[in-house]
Amino acid sequence: MSERVLMCGNEALAEAAIIAGCDAYFGYPITPQNEVPAYMARRMPEEGRVFVQSESELAAISMVFGASATGKRAMTSSSSPGISLMQEGISYLAGAELPAVVVNVMRGGPGLGNIAPSQADYFQATRGGGHGDYRTIVFGPSSVQELVDCVILAFDLADQYLMPVMVLADGILGQMMEPVVLESKTSRDLPAKDWALTGAKDRDQNIVRSLWLKEGALEAHNNKLQARYEKIQRDEVLCERYETDDAEIVVVAYGVAARIVRGAVAKARAEGIKVGWIRPVTLWPFPSKEINKAADEFRIFLTVEMSNGQMLDDVKLAVAGKAPVAFYGRPGGGVPTVDEILDKIRQLTLEVKTPI
Amino acid sequence: MKTVFERTPTLKDCVTHYCPGCGHGIAHRLVAEVIDELGIRDRTIGIAPVGCAVLAYDYLDVDMVEVAHGRPPAVATGMKRTNPEKIIFSYQGDGDLASIGAAEILHAGHRGEQITVVFINNAVYGMTGGQMAPTTMIDQVTATTPKGRQGADQGYPLQVCELLATLPGTIYIERCSMHDPAHIRKSKKALRHAFELQVDGAQGMSLVEMLSPCPVYWRMPPAKAMEHIEKEMIKVFPLGRLKG
Repeated sequence: MSERVLMCGNEALAEAAIIAGCDAYFGYPITPQNEVPAYMARRMPEEGRVFVQSESELAAISMVFGASATGKRAMTSSSSPGISLMQEGISYLAGAELPAVVVNVMRGGPGLGNIAPSQADYFQATRGGGHGDYRTIVFGPSSVQELVDCVILAFDLADQYLMPVMVLADGILGQMMEPVVLESKTSRDLPAKDWALTGAKDRDQNIVRSLWLKEGALEAHNNKLQARYEKIQRDEVLCERYETDDAEIVVVAYGVAARIVRGAVAKARAEGIKVGWIRPVTLWPFPSKEINKAADEFRIFLTVEMSNGQMLDDVKLAVAGKAPVAFYGRPGGGVPTVDEILDKIRQLTLEVKTPI
Repeated sequence: MKTVFERTPTLKDCVTHYCPGCGHGIAHRLVAEVIDELGIRDRTIGIAPVGCAVLAYDYLDVDMVEVAHGRPPAVATGMKRTNPEKIIFSYQGDGDLASIGAAEILHAGHRGEQITVVFINNAVYGMTGGQMAPTTMIDQVTATTPKGRQGADQGYPLQVCELLATLPGTIYIERCSMHDPAHIRKSKKALRHAFELQVDGAQGMSLVEMLSPCPVYWRMPPAKAMEHIEKEMIKVFPLGRLKG
């Protein structure tokens, strides 16, 4: 069980879902995540579980909705344009308080964009994405191992908080092969699914709904959801700090961008630059408190993303004016290089030397 | 005193929100009676559409879900595939099934999902205020066809049963009507068969279309609406078993 195997991210995340007890996978082909449905098409029937290739992403997320409404663990995966189509169903899942796991192996946009890796769906994922006042828990793993761990945890969090949970990977993470240990590290005490539609045998009818027409009912429903989101913000933030002890500059990055930052920080350290980095693992709930606290210690923040700056907004909100927040990013499938980030860090050292 | 008739238990004892003369009340009762007669209430899950029947779960006493517009066949797929022992039915109007959900019904039928579809065709969008549906009749005046539907511009009435009957994955397709007691009895017989097929584990999708009156948005009194089905709608939507 705990042996290390070499797997690409897409196949590893699929196997992780199986380990997590995913009863059904529904998906529609889109690059760069096609290994996920292909893997599931083979493995799910082997496990006596359900695989269906849907006619569209709209249908895939609706199939997830159906399976989830009966109390089963269900997942879909897609890439950016397909995730846009799924926003309808994600909003309905949020409204109907149904658990689900949605994996977005992000590619460049907007529109059809390209099939290169990207982090440009951060806004869509962390702001809800669909219509209405809702949130999804969002993970931004940076290795195949972490991708596996996040997918397994995502199923538990979805069941615990009765909401869709998203895992944001990207084309690099989905395609690259790394050694990974496939095992569940989570053992949460999860609530019984007494709301599930199973046929009203020896009990009253169960109804799963997101329509609340009676005056005040939808407001009350929203307030209930918000209270849950506040608890998640208190209890579920995941974030890591590296080399921040004596740092003056701190780089904030997630996912694959954080791996490149690690290389740039190592080189900068070799040059004697006092730089560290913070890596959010949950993008919502965002580690705002941790970053706000860090703003008391460090002079300058640098956010690095494979986009034109989306998490940047959250970093600025968290820093709350305590320190300048610089940005370096590459949109449209561009991937920042170690040297580009290193150059940016070197530039910032000049600002550190200048009194702010 | 001898009881000669009772409300079937799966139909809740309450007042519906439906307009006077609407066909949904009849259709709900037929579905409820079939569920009770087959004794499947405790393993049946129903899917309410977006449209006039969105609150069907307030009237049908079975486990039910309300889903996004047009997606019931996809939701039903997710339910049935993970719960093959359960009886899954979707209850959909013409806007839900034939317009926004055209892809979902087509592909659920195409995959041969073992579900039962109750399709209410009243040739108009009721809940949103009487707009043109795919099944709206030629020359029918609606909020969005103020001069009457013109085929060359707005398309012709869509014949769902004929379309779905061509798919290998559908096993039973029948169009019925609710315009008089004899046809209501036929509708019930068809519904019963559609549910029985699923109970028996038959491999494929069954669908019963029921022509249904909408006096308010047809702008005619209820009795006249029934007459309209008999004299006009049936010409465009011929009744009978198209498959199975």
